[in-house]
Amino acid sequence: MTYVPLDITDLMLAASLLIANGLISIAFRLKLERSFVIAALRMVVQLSIVSLALTFIFQVNDPRWTAFFAILMGAAAAYEVNYRQERRVKGAIAIALAAGAPFLAGLVATLFAAIAIVAPDPWYAPRYLLPIFGMMLGNALTGTSLVLDTLTQGVQRERTAIEARLALGATRFEALDNVLRRALTTGLTPILTAMAATGIVSLPGMMTGQILAGVDPVAAAKYQVMIMFLISGATGIAVVAAGLGAVLLITDERHRLRLDRLES
Amino acid sequence: MLRVEHLKVGSLPALTFAVADGECLAIEGPSGSGKTRLLRAIADLDQVEGHVFLDGVERRELTGPQWRRAVRYVAAEAGWWTDTARPAISQTGTASARTGRMITTLGLTDAILDKPLSQLSTGERQRLALARALGDEPRVLLLDEPTGALDATSSALVEELIRFQMLAGRSVLLASHDVLLVGRLAHVRLQLARPQPAVSPTATRRNSP
Repeated sequence: MTYVPLDITDLMLAASLLIANGLISIAFRLKLERSFVIAALRMVVQLSIVSLALTFIFQVNDPRWTAFFAILMGAAAAYEVNYRQERRVKGAIAIALAAGAPFLAGLVATLFAAIAIVAPDPWYAPRYLLPIFGMMLGNALTGTSLVLDTLTQGVQRERTAIEARLALGATRFEALDNVLRRALTTGLTPILTAMAATGIVSLPGMMTGQILAGVDPVAAAKYQVMIMFLISGATGIAVVAAGLGAVLLITDERHRLRLDRLES
Repeated sequence: MLRVEHLKVGSLPALTFAVADGECLAIEGPSGSGKTRLLRAIADLDQVEGHVFLDGVERRELTGPQWRRAVRYVAAEAGWWTDTARPAISQTGTASARTGRMITTLGLTDAILDKPLSQLSTGERQRLALARALGDEPRVLLLDEPTGALDATSSALVEELIRFQMLAGRSVLLASHDVLLVGRLAHVRLQLARPQPAVSPTATRRNSP
């Protein structure tokens, strides 16, 4: 396995392309110059810190440090999923659900990969666990926020129909089944599209990375296939947990629709 | 017999009243006085303090769906969750036969059940919703503007249907702006005052219609 390492001048050469973005922004008066600079700086700083942290964690190779880093990633995901939603359900339980669904799904899928599929030695080797966990978390998070958004928008739009069903004696899951089904479909669509388009429209980032790092394309493709299956599993778990949990949160034990529990 | 005790709806004072089997209580008051909220509260669709009993059984002794199968709220604006009415109507044999008869009683035909709901008039959807609500024979009917979108002929058919439901022993709570309809149907009236500043509901009783 050989690859061409990059040095600082290579990166500065690549960064010069940002000037093009700046010029576009000025030419079309997009007012994005500042945002571009800030976003680029954030990326450099964040990736530097993460790469240094990962170097340290790979060296100590201690399950406690691995777990600690995984929890930090989960916390960042929790912030992201709650920040992304348009109209959240009020209360700490809702935040815990939005954060917990992707975390749980990512954990299950990653442990499954670590113990049964990849089985590195030791099984908790952070070099395998953390990147896999990150990919699971990211995709489960997208699914979760799509489900929660679709569901909260759906119950507001279809309030009359839902309450008509409740008034006729339907339970909360019966009354919300159309909305829930649509939310779950929306949450699962990205991974479906990704699987169908992979290799034709785009080479997935992970596979590209492995090929650039000198791995045989067939071996890289095998890894990518495994990752895609894991992602669909993780997304499925997260989407179902978030969907069922959200139905319980926007209704109550008397099977009433509680739109008052949505943030205004 | 439906009994309401100390029901606290919005800014209204706590309400206590009873409606006997086969009787009609009319709820009157200007828009915004809380007629809809009161009916929704009795159907347990909103969270409110106080007690509602049906034949001595408090609503919290039953699950929400059980209660609403007996105490049926029919909203002024009918909600639909399917493209045509048929799948949204009770599917059990006797209930759907009963709903079918009511659709005829209300001046509609069976064919309307398979037409796209979006192509029906508001009045047709409202009558369909009423027939849908009566299919499984609830004990109490909470009717919110049941003739709101109807012409005189259809209103008369709905009125007859309500009268028939009362003869069958059902209690009816009727919120309506149609004073003539209320005058003909109501045994008891509950007057809700303007929302502000002070509210004093009074119930007056008159002889049977």
